[in-house]
Amino acid sequence: MFTVLKARLKQGYRTGKFPPAPPNLPEKFQGRPALAASQCRQGCRACLEVCPSAAIVPSEGRPARIDTGRCLFCGECAAVCPGEAIRFDPAEYRLSAFSRQGLLDPQQDSVPPAALQKLCRRSLSIRQVSAGGCAACELDFNVLNTLAWDLSRFGISVTASPRHADCLLITGPVSRNMLIGLQKTYAAMPRPKWVIACGACAISGGIYRDSSECCGGMEEIIKPDLYIPGCPPHPASILDGLLRLLGRDRDAGPAPLPPKS
Amino acid sequence: MTATTLTINNATAAPLQEVPSLPVNDFRDTLQELVQQQEHRVSAFFGLPASPAGRGLELVAVLSHPEAGKCELVRTAVQDSFPSLTPDCPAFHWFERELAEQYCLEIPGHPWLKPIRFQPPLPGACSRKTATAPNLTVGDTNYFTLAGEACHEVAVGPVHAGVIEPGHFRFQCLGEDVYSLEISLGYQHRGLEKMLPGGPDRRTLPLIATASGDSSIASTTAYAQLCESLDPGLQPESGALLLRGIAAELERLANHVGDLGALAGDVAFLTTAAFCGRLRGEFLNMTAEICGNRFGRNLVCPGGVNMTFTPAQAGKILAWLQRVLPEVENALELMFESATVLDRFEGTGTVSKAAALELGLVGPAARACGVALDLRHSHPYGCYKVSAPALAAGTSGDVLARAWLRRQEIAASAAWLQKQLAGWQKENCRHRGTPRLAPGMIAVSMVEAWRGEMCHVAVTAADGTFRRYKIVDPSFHNWFGLAMAMRGEQISHFPICNKSFNLSYCGHDL
Repeated sequence: MFTVLKARLKQGYRTGKFPPAPPNLPEKFQGRPALAASQCRQGCRACLEVCPSAAIVPSEGRPARIDTGRCLFCGECAAVCPGEAIRFDPAEYRLSAFSRQGLLDPQQDSVPPAALQKLCRRSLSIRQVSAGGCAACELDFNVLNTLAWDLSRFGISVTASPRHADCLLITGPVSRNMLIGLQKTYAAMPRPKWVIACGACAISGGIYRDSSECCGGMEEIIKPDLYIPGCPPHPASILDGLLRLLGRDRDAGPAPLPPKS
Repeated sequence: MTATTLTINNATAAPLQEVPSLPVNDFRDTLQELVQQQEHRVSAFFGLPASPAGRGLELVAVLSHPEAGKCELVRTAVQDSFPSLTPDCPAFHWFERELAEQYCLEIPGHPWLKPIRFQPPLPGACSRKTATAPNLTVGDTNYFTLAGEACHEVAVGPVHAGVIEPGHFRFQCLGEDVYSLEISLGYQHRGLEKMLPGGPDRRTLPLIATASGDSSIASTTAYAQLCESLDPGLQPESGALLLRGIAAELERLANHVGDLGALAGDVAFLTTAAFCGRLRGEFLNMTAEICGNRFGRNLVCPGGVNMTFTPAQAGKILAWLQRVLPEVENALELMFESATVLDRFEGTGTVSKAAALELGLVGPAARACGVALDLRHSHPYGCYKVSAPALAAGTSGDVLARAWLRRQEIAASAAWLQKQLAGWQKENCRHRGTPRLAPGMIAVSMVEAWRGEMCHVAVTAADGTFRRYKIVDPSFHNWFGLAMAMRGEQISHFPICNKSFNLSYCGHDL
């Protein structure tokens, strides 16, 4: 008992200050990509040719856009761009969106589901299903449950049973072999229920978008309510997405009491 | 035996033509002789179609020896059938099941021929059979069963209670005791091997990096080495090789620390579980400090590494490491001093050395049984040719041995890392290239991932693209070891047995 207490003192208090303080991101962090139209050279296809997941979407007469729902954040496009038009913002970890369109154009994003914010603002139970995930998204979601991130201080918990879940968080491109397991898990959840696609694979199939053994992500199966881009998303990006889904991104302290009726 | 196989070094290539093509019977005799008499390991055994559309299938075997430090290559042409080697050499068990599934090959004499991934046949499968290949439903197979009054069956998965990948486990129990555990996988099958021929292209590196996402450094290193052996113009400099090694050891540290914490959690020793959960993240953050990604996604590439790494950065990581390592030691000390933890670990989930050798187990799971097997020492590659972390060893083959071995490896990798980081002098080791592969070659690249031997084999076509790319993840060898560890155990011991191996579902399913 004494040695345990001594160890506790030695290890100290380790829960991060994010939020409200900004998260500790590595110097070389590849955050939100941006394409400066003015520096993009007409007729140049260098970035399109190196992008492994077809995340750069060209359009007639307009500058190309970057689909963060497909992007692997590998930075190959920025490395080959002759005009240095593409930049990954090393401080912008807030990548989540509430619609597929919002991943292409944040200005056109929709808002989080109002019913969810009303019912689950202070208590959200998540059931996670990996459907062809490579374990990286799973691990970096799981890491939120360690004392470094302490997810439960926000009233967010991970539940073992779909019966107790408000939200289904999917990782992976949805392998054909997991389709039934995924659909059965969703069917076993009580209504109302919401879906989170975590990582490029779950959003769009990611690098497996052309695989004959995968379903190209969640979009065509159960439309997600929250999209968290990344390969895998940084834990700060996942936590930010969850808090914005709950409408709690502005307050980091205990959840406010519901208004008196 | 020298005439019947081609001997090459790890991470080298040879013309496919030079690999002896033996008649089926001689091929079988050769393999049996090498595995049974000369204690070779089956590192890879896979099908190579003559051409995507044409008829004809070759089987290629890659055997390795832990002491000789070489790889033996041999092949044979088969029609529709290949008499099973499994009854004599159980190490072929899983490989033959894979061959039957991927290429519709008949394997007469195999004791347990059923799907391992429930995947459709690969292009070039025996065409007569493809037409009649059954439409598989994952998990739908004839499971081993027990009958009798005291028998009962426990089915777990594919969706598990935690945040973990899917897989199906069937326990046949007599009361509380597990008589047998059957593991049925394939839920994570993404068709990875099907997407690699025709490469290398822009998709190849990210695909390889996600073969098993917690071993990205190991698999991208194996891939990079393959490309470098097939393209003489693509030689990484020593600094790049060392940075790959530094990242690989950080990957090992993160996973070993995380798994020891999870083991503590599974026996309700929450103090160590909580500390290690946080400490694992420190190592991931160090990797991110080097390359921007916690799993090292953008670091290794054919020709070298994608990042610069300066003495200032090395100094920062070294200081960080020296701050974190005493905390790791403190967290582990607590666990290994606790009688309640040791009582649960000791004598639980034992795998004998004989079983480990016979099944061909790899990595910490094999070393914990007393099998001295570590590619960093036996088949050194990259920076490990110069120096490698000390070889760890165990004897008892139980959960305690696997946990203790991980602790030894943490200490060995930490000591090695500190030495390398302290001596880092290069300002810039960034070096990369576009692979232009030699045609008609076969290349073998093996690395010691944190779970053990990872073997990548590539065969190139006449135009220098991949004709076949075979990945053998360490978990491919070890899943059956977990099933063996559970025999005769109480079902309540499954979590710690499972966690002591912590195998990859996606690495197996590909």
